[in-house]
Amino acid sequence: METELIERVQRAIASRTPLCIQAGGGKAFYGRACRGEPLEVSGHRGDIRYEPSELVLTARAGTPLAEIEALLAANNQMLPFEPPHFSPHATLGGMVAAGLSGPRRPWGGSVRDAVLGVKLLNGRGEVLRLGGQVMKNVAGYDLSRLMVGALGTLGVLLEVSVKVLPRPAEEITLAFEMDATHAAACLIEWGRRPLPLSATLFHDGRLLVRLSGSAQGVRAARAAMGGEETDHAIWAGAREQTLPFFQTGAPLWRVSLPAAAPALPGEGLSEWGGALRWIASDQPAATIRHQAAAVGGHATLFRGHDGHGEVFHPLPPALLALHRRVKQAFDPHGIFNPGRLYQGL
Amino acid sequence: MNHGLHTALRAALPTHALLVEAEALRPYECDGLSAYRQVPLAVCLPETLDQARAVLRICGEHRVPVVARGAGTGLSGGALPIASGVVLSLARFNRILAIDPDNRLARVQPGVRNLAISEAAAPYGLYYAPDPSSQIACSIGGNVAENSGGVHCLKYGLTVHNVLALKVLTMDGELLEMGGCGKPGALDSPGYDLLALLTGSEGLLGIVVEVTVKLLVKPERAQVVLAAFDSVETAGTAVAAIIGTGILPAGLEMMDNLSIRAAEDFVHAGYPVDAAAILLCELDGANAEVSEQIMAAREVLFAAGATEVRTAEDEAQRMKFWAGRKGAFPAVGRISPDYYCMDGTIPRRHLARVLRRIGELSTQYGLRVANVFHAGDGNLHPLILFDANQPGEMKKAEDFGSDILRLCVEVGGTVTGEHGIGVEKLDASCSQFSAEELTQFHAVKAAFDPAGLLNPGKAVPTLHRCAEMGRMHVQGGKLPFPELPRF
Ligand SMILES: Cc1cc2nc3c(=O)[nH]c(=O)nc-3n(C[C@H](O)[C@H](O)[C@H](O)COP(=O)(O)OP(=O)(O)OC[C@H]3O[C@@H](n4cnc5c(N)ncnc54)[C@H](O)[C@@H]3O)c2cc1C
Repeated sequence: METELIERVQRAIASRTPLCIQAGGGKAFYGRACRGEPLEVSGHRGDIRYEPSELVLTARAGTPLAEIEALLAANNQMLPFEPPHFSPHATLGGMVAAGLSGPRRPWGGSVRDAVLGVKLLNGRGEVLRLGGQVMKNVAGYDLSRLMVGALGTLGVLLEVSVKVLPRPAEEITLAFEMDATHAAACLIEWGRRPLPLSATLFHDGRLLVRLSGSAQGVRAARAAMGGEETDHAIWAGAREQTLPFFQTGAPLWRVSLPAAAPALPGEGLSEWGGALRWIASDQPAATIRHQAAAVGGHATLFRGHDGHGEVFHPLPPALLALHRRVKQAFDPHGIFNPGRLYQGL
Repeated sequence: MNHGLHTALRAALPTHALLVEAEALRPYECDGLSAYRQVPLAVCLPETLDQARAVLRICGEHRVPVVARGAGTGLSGGALPIASGVVLSLARFNRILAIDPDNRLARVQPGVRNLAISEAAAPYGLYYAPDPSSQIACSIGGNVAENSGGVHCLKYGLTVHNVLALKVLTMDGELLEMGGCGKPGALDSPGYDLLALLTGSEGLLGIVVEVTVKLLVKPERAQVVLAAFDSVETAGTAVAAIIGTGILPAGLEMMDNLSIRAAEDFVHAGYPVDAAAILLCELDGANAEVSEQIMAAREVLFAAGATEVRTAEDEAQRMKFWAGRKGAFPAVGRISPDYYCMDGTIPRRHLARVLRRIGELSTQYGLRVANVFHAGDGNLHPLILFDANQPGEMKKAEDFGSDILRLCVEVGGTVTGEHGIGVEKLDASCSQFSAEELTQFHAVKAAFDPAGLLNPGKAVPTLHRCAEMGRMHVQGGKLPFPELPRF
């Protein structure tokens, strides 16, 4: 399969045919529309190399995420960033390309934090091993982390190595009835104390907090924080966006910003101790982006768009120019996922 | 120095911010790897962003290489001057701009010392996690450029995991913000992850002029357990055993007998000097949680063959245990005229095997080696002891070092875990990368710095160099660089 992919890419380079890399398809809504011939990569799967005591897992990029997470769970380990799947067919490569992390992100790290290395097929048709399979590696530039969130615009991911972590011995979810102002103040206050937080979500007068750690640690924190214990269902709903809030059909904005930033107009749901806010709104893009930028945030039009306008927050001109040169360095002929991230990239 | 260059720099900088006299340049001729020395044309110590930008513009116009320098503690010659180039010292960019306890971040200039950040954050119960042993001296800008680690990386990550945003000057004087969006603190940013790319780029892609780091809440309690072993291999196996049980220590460090003795003589840490190896295992978290983990760790360590397991009795003893570890390099410096520090990283499961092989190589070369390292991360620091005044010993030490690094690559690791390639490991890195990979690195460099003026010749070897070495990593049985002449 790898040889086939290489040949396919080499032909595309020769004929200057743009390719749209596809795997699970569950994240096709994310980002701008891609114009090109489909390049199906989900067949490049398996070959999982995993040694629990190394805390590292390596597999081909088309390997289903569900398979990987099941294997880790069987060994009492996990992907600490809780990546959303958005489809039963989600793949390891798609996870890296989209770079989306779930509820545990502020405490467990992001996808890019966990990526240790990738095998990449670049736009010269060459196979590169970037990074490695060890925790610490500063030889060469860190090009593997550069692939995270690049939405396939720099090359085809063939193989990925990620750092994994032991599952916490104990997890509980606490619920608090309170208004938004009070919730924001609580999150700031808790954030400054040594509490084993591992997820937060505020929506509609209800603050949910997950605690993870050793049984003793979680128990002590619970006693200090109060609240009502409830089930964990909310976290899967937030991660996979199956909660009713995400399903309204209105354009859905994802705003990433400093955790203690004030509430944004129209904010409907917040996660990550306040550092991630969701807005379902028909407001003009410029308004939402302006409001986000004013407090140090950036806004992504996550769902509910046609894929032709800008989805991601516009980059300052000098930074955009640098993005173009970086793209050129990997994909000189503009073969991979043209336009998926930004127009002209 | 070329007259035009001199005049332009003079005009751009206050008098005391431009050094050109031989005497004044001397302290800048090397970094922490003093085997390599080179006096630069000039040293610039800008105090403002505009001055730094002017230095870059002038050097760009005169096509003069620029080598950034933080505190000069680097161990791979990254800040080694270039004879025809200028050193751009960030030493005067030394202000802490903001500590923001609500967003748990610190915004600082690059010349701020690593430890100074934690000191400034301490009144808020916060700290900056990566703690290289050089933390009292090294700068945060240097940490970013090297992606430095420390003894607490296993749980809290490297520099790359703890930096939220950077401001970077490119060679053409453009100020770029990476990671942040106006006000830093967001956990991600739009576009490519240039923040990760800049981290560890050894001053080849841009000059870091501002850093925003994540601050963590000080754990309620931290406790260190010291375990003694009668063989280095057993200690290596114990490391895997600890991780295997699901405990994630804040730090997991190993020292062998030679390092134990040297450190004990130097700082009187209270180490068992007869042990073949010790492990220092730090556990942190909530009070009750730490007690629980200490019990579990003790059990695993004994089961893995520890001859003795001690828990630090109080904070003073805990600090002592760490002082021995953090002072190990200078301690070894006291027992040998010279030492050469290696930095390979390997998959942890090969620890015992690689340590055994290093022991054999030590006998073969007739040079002592002290092992003191980040065992939890598989990041080795064999210190090869030698005497540069003995003819041939330096060469022997280098050959020994190359053998160790080749071994690291062979078992699936890397030639450098945290100290960088610099100039020192250019040859060694040839065995790790293919021609295509090196070409890709150079293409990325050109995207940032088309004229190749930022720290040229460091971090990534040229294709020619590797071809001459005959050491290129061969992929798929293909002969590396068939197009290049052999020497
Ligand atoms: C005793 C001792 C112990 C050490 N222990 C550790 C350890 O535990 N872990 C570890 O990781 N390292 C360790 N080191 C290595 C060293 O301290 C680190 O690499 C450190 O990050 C270097 O910081 P510096 O400010 O001294 O940088 P310098 O040595 O001045 O520079 C290092 C590199 O960074 C570049 N650079 C510096 N500042 C900037 C900037 N603002 N913008 C762009 N590029 C820049 C330079 O060009 C150079 O390539 C140790 C060193 C010593 C001497």
